[in-house]
Amino acid sequence: MASKALNMQERNQVLLEVKDLYKLFPIQRGVLRSTVGHVRAVDGVSFQVKNGETLGLVGESGCGKTTTGRCIIRLEPPTKGEIIFNKDGQPVRIDQRTIKSLRRDMQIIFQDPFSSLNPRMTVERIIAEPLITHGMKNKTAIKDRVVALLEAVGLSAEHLRRFPHEFSGGQRQRIGIARALALNPKLVICDEPVSALDVSVQAQVINLLQDLQEQFGLTYLFIAHDLSVVYHICNRVAVMYLGRIVEITEVDELYANPKHPYTEALFSAIPIPDPDYQLEQIILEGDVPSPSDPPPGCNFHPRCRYAEAICRQEQPVLAPVKSNKDHQVACHFAEQLVLRGLNVRG
Amino acid sequence: MKTKVSLSLVIGAALVGCFLLMLVVSFFYTPFAVNEMRSAERFLPPGRPYLLGTDNFGRDIFSRIMKGTQTAFFVGTLSVLFGMALGISLGALGGYFGGWTDRILTQLGTTIQAFPGVLFALMIVAVWGPGTFNTIVALSITAFPGFMRITRSGFIQIKEYSFVEAAQTIGVSPLKIMLRHILPNLLPSLLVAASNGFAGALLAEAGLSYLGLGVQPPEPSWGRMLNEAQGYLLRAPWYSLAPGIVLVLAVLGFNLLSDGLRDLLDPKQ
Repeated sequence: MASKALNMQERNQVLLEVKDLYKLFPIQRGVLRSTVGHVRAVDGVSFQVKNGETLGLVGESGCGKTTTGRCIIRLEPPTKGEIIFNKDGQPVRIDQRTIKSLRRDMQIIFQDPFSSLNPRMTVERIIAEPLITHGMKNKTAIKDRVVALLEAVGLSAEHLRRFPHEFSGGQRQRIGIARALALNPKLVICDEPVSALDVSVQAQVINLLQDLQEQFGLTYLFIAHDLSVVYHICNRVAVMYLGRIVEITEVDELYANPKHPYTEALFSAIPIPDPDYQLEQIILEGDVPSPSDPPPGCNFHPRCRYAEAICRQEQPVLAPVKSNKDHQVACHFAEQLVLRGLNVRG
Repeated sequence: MKTKVSLSLVIGAALVGCFLLMLVVSFFYTPFAVNEMRSAERFLPPGRPYLLGTDNFGRDIFSRIMKGTQTAFFVGTLSVLFGMALGISLGALGGYFGGWTDRILTQLGTTIQAFPGVLFALMIVAVWGPGTFNTIVALSITAFPGFMRITRSGFIQIKEYSFVEAAQTIGVSPLKIMLRHILPNLLPSLLVAASNGFAGALLAEAGLSYLGLGVQPPEPSWGRMLNEAQGYLLRAPWYSLAPGIVLVLAVLGFNLLSDGLRDLLDPKQ
């Protein structure tokens, strides 16, 4: 397959822009199913993804990172907000109507390799389906393309006639990747693509994703909770907490110099394989507040060790810090606090 | 291979196989003409040449039972097929799209299932009149909510799987997603339900015919034979025993088959 590495000019273009995205799930009770409240899964999220980069979306379970990804690809209709996709220099607002023409350009890789492949279809049918759906008719051409895709993900033509249950988790994830790449997408949403895999297999799949990105000029929105994986693959990282982005910047800057107390707490939870390494663990007290009833002021204040009066009253906005305009933080004390990052070696 | 072929599957398949054989043979051959009456040979006990004896008109009971297999299987097959077609379509619709359609369909199904099956069929036949066609229609209507329920719950479960979402993001049309991705995954449970439903249809057909509301004479039917035989219960017990036992064996066969299939196809085992 022809390689499609991007040139510098293409790299600086914004491929995807999310503007003030909200996704509320109604809570319905009673016989009449009246709406008694909303779960604010995504609560005003904005970010941009540049062509060819990998933006990481991290946060603990239930923080809305997966929902954000699902809204972008329209597996869920967003409640409010705009998602704009740059289709060959032409910005297209994604909605129920335009999504059809964008299916080719956006694909998703799912978390669970065991439920992402139809158990009653052969590998050939699974990977050929996007091609057939988008109008490819010539049987030999389809088969050639399927074989090429299988080889691109490290499998081979001998796997064509097999069924998903004959493969391991890592191999299944490779099949899912081949299916996602079949239509030559520009943006691939990776929804925790390795978190269901063994650690040794995780590394292989991550490396594969990086190779494919290079080869086909892909842009990734990489949703994950494993910060070491994120460090390895992402260019920029957005940290989410309770439906909002609390910090977003370049990966090295974030890891070395976190500005949000939540980010600091996340980093302190990463195990470091060095017995002499002394890092005070920051244990977050209490649970994540309910997204149907978020606390007033800063969402994080009930668990924040630096919280003061203003944090209980005013909600901080995501804004760049003085020293670095590409480093945005939503914290009242972003400029004052001196937080511990990670001393990432190698 | 860890295929578990249970005893019930073997016995069920064997019984069903015997009936299928009898069905096929009955099209080409019966020992005696089915409706031929011989007044001199009424109420002959089982033996030779009448394997299961003769009835009150001197007709060969075994031949009539063979011919009755055709009626039973014709009514059973068609009513299960129609019931399945209707149940699968409506269940797929409700399960996939949800919302008001789903609620209305579910309520409809529950309402029909609230009546005992035979009673409901009886009501329909009473309104539209007896006959083979109306029996099939009545039994299809009583059968479809079961299939609808299985299909609906299967669709609700499977549509959440990532492979269905993958097909959606690829742009596969809802109809193709339902037919290619979801339905094939439900076939095992539908097959079990079909086998089970067939047993129920046989019993219901016999019941309706026994009451004189199903298949009309002179077409032989097991239920009809039971009805005719009840006046001679003491004089010619074989007349009622023969179709009764045949009916029991047929229903038992399909029930065992469905149990066996359930064990065989259950992925949890």
